[in-house]
Amino acid sequence: MRVLLIEDDRQTADYLLKGLAETGAVTDHVADGRAGLLQAAGGEYDALIVDRMLPGLDGVGIVRTLRASGNRTPVLFLSALGEVDDRVEGLRAGGDDYLVKPFAFSELHARLEALLRRGKSDTPETCLRVADLEMDLLKREVTRAGREIRLQPREFRLLEYLVRHAGQVVTRTMLLEQVWDYHFDPQTNVIDVHISRLRGKIDKDFDPPLLQTMRGVGYMIRGA
Amino acid sequence: MSEAWHPPSALRVRAANTLRSSTFRLAVLYMLLLGVSVGILMAFLYWSTAGYMDRQTAATIEAEIRGLAEQYRRRGLPGLSSVISERVARDPVGSNVYLLVDDNLERLAGNLDRWPNEFPDSEGWIRFRLRERGPDRAEEHAARGQVFLLRGGLRLLVGRDVRDLEATRALILDALAWGLAITAALALLGGWLMSAGVMRRLETINQTAGEIMAGDLSRRIPLDGSGDDFDELAANLNRMLERIEQLMVGVRQVSDNIAHDLRTPLTRVRTKLELLCTELDGCESARSLAAETIADAEEMLATFNALLRIARIESGARRAAFACVDLRPLTEDLAELYEPLAAEKGQSLTLRVEGPARVMGDRDLLFQALANLVDNAIKYTSPGGAIALAVASQEDGVMVTIRDSGPGIPPHARERVLDRFVRLDDSRSTPGSGLGLSLVKAVLDLHQASIALGGEADGLLVTVRFRDARQPAA
Repeated sequence: MRVLLIEDDRQTADYLLKGLAETGAVTDHVADGRAGLLQAAGGEYDALIVDRMLPGLDGVGIVRTLRASGNRTPVLFLSALGEVDDRVEGLRAGGDDYLVKPFAFSELHARLEALLRRGKSDTPETCLRVADLEMDLLKREVTRAGREIRLQPREFRLLEYLVRHAGQVVTRTMLLEQVWDYHFDPQTNVIDVHISRLRGKIDKDFDPPLLQTMRGVGYMIRGA
Repeated sequence: MSEAWHPPSALRVRAANTLRSSTFRLAVLYMLLLGVSVGILMAFLYWSTAGYMDRQTAATIEAEIRGLAEQYRRRGLPGLSSVISERVARDPVGSNVYLLVDDNLERLAGNLDRWPNEFPDSEGWIRFRLRERGPDRAEEHAARGQVFLLRGGLRLLVGRDVRDLEATRALILDALAWGLAITAALALLGGWLMSAGVMRRLETINQTAGEIMAGDLSRRIPLDGSGDDFDELAANLNRMLERIEQLMVGVRQVSDNIAHDLRTPLTRVRTKLELLCTELDGCESARSLAAETIADAEEMLATFNALLRIARIESGARRAAFACVDLRPLTEDLAELYEPLAAEKGQSLTLRVEGPARVMGDRDLLFQALANLVDNAIKYTSPGGAIALAVASQEDGVMVTIRDSGPGIPPHARERVLDRFVRLDDSRSTPGSGLGLSLVKAVLDLHQASIALGGEADGLLVTVRFRDARQPAA
């Protein structure tokens, strides 16, 4: 995986470079907006991590220019502002995801994985499978080991999102944003209760458990 | 909370404002003063014109009587009669009136047929009607005279036809009355125009102040370039606003700097602890210690983020992104999201939506605010309790209520809990930063919605009212 990081804050950059190296990604780093745009346009990258505020040319400007020239590389915005209008502006400019500083590296990593995955699956799928769990997206039916499992509509969407990102860590914020479609900050971990309900339906009477809790990060569904 | 709130029509408000305005009252006072002054002036004018003519007439009559009395004293009745006849003959028009009668009111001399019925006043002055024998009709007009008693029971009446005088007097009175009326009308009109002008300028200032209070700090009061005292006031207010805005920007800058300077290292601490956690694979006690430290760092970050969020929401910048939000699906999502949490505590969470529930706002912030309220209700209600969420369309907006069966909040503390970091003593043990309700308050203020905490011993009732947001037709 090749990633370009455009970030002017030295410490954040160092820290991200170190973290990304540990996950096995090859990362180039540029601290200036204009240089970043040239680098992004010239190199073959799987994903871009772009800070909103940059010297030279700001992040939104970089992405707008890239998109205008037909470059479709997934972009993850970083921002210290963290307001919805900023987020909307970033996504409208062609960003794919938006992460507010400060963030845990695990959150960034989870989102980056999700972005890369999104880039790959072009054809719409009608059936998803993890181990012996099957989801029929057209009939909206779920079976495990051939036995039908009844899910509420929201549980179905939750499971679908987890299965689509099988093998990847999915954070609680990602679930709130993607499954519930609200950008907000719950005071309590409401998501955990939904996960435990879902777990009760898809894992309780089966072996091995598919839905795993990644401590301090989020959840992951994984076959065997 | 007030009951149904009816917006009075703008026109009625404007009229009431004009009447209540100090400039209008000043104008009315000014008009009264002017009216009284003009009245006094007119009275003087009347006295010095019509009054002068009256006094002239009286003086002539008195002089004539004195002359006639003198004639009588010297030449007796025949002398007086001849003088009277002479004078009557000299005045064919009959504008001078003479009548001499004996004690039986029988005419002895003069050009009047009979003694007038009217009674004279204490000084002998008498007003009577004069009947003029015209060729075909009898005409009556006013006359004024003085009665004089002569020795031997004789009475002498000398008078003047005051028809022309009366006409002149009426003319003067008419002119004066019109003058007074026109003065009053002009004063009223001038006062109204003056107060309307002042009102308009004050209105501009008030309107700008309102917009600024609503969060748009960049607004300034327009100057009209006349350099008058209103312009000076506006310029001074603008300078003051400039200063306030600078300070506000300064505060926000500090907030952003704090966000940038402190949150980032705190995050690094958190991530390094995470790395430490993975490297401490063997030693379980050190691992759990690191995990606890991560939780602490997260709590600090959460408090910090919440504070900054409140500050940014209060700055009102997000109002630019307002759109029409339907509270029906929003509360349905909310109830669906929190129902399992309530169910886990054995509580029931119900939702009832009546009528359309569209408001202008920020969908995510509204969700955040209502989620905090529902979260609190679940947190403070004991297991087995009930939480009821209701959305009702009202004449003047939308009302959202959240009722729980928890311990409630004592009346004296209800205002206070909306402040930052305020936590009631018996809730210190539950997790939370004390910022949840402040965030709710900030979001609702941004939406110009009100929040009221009520309810009795049977639980807390939170009422949120959204004013009619000029709902666009669906």
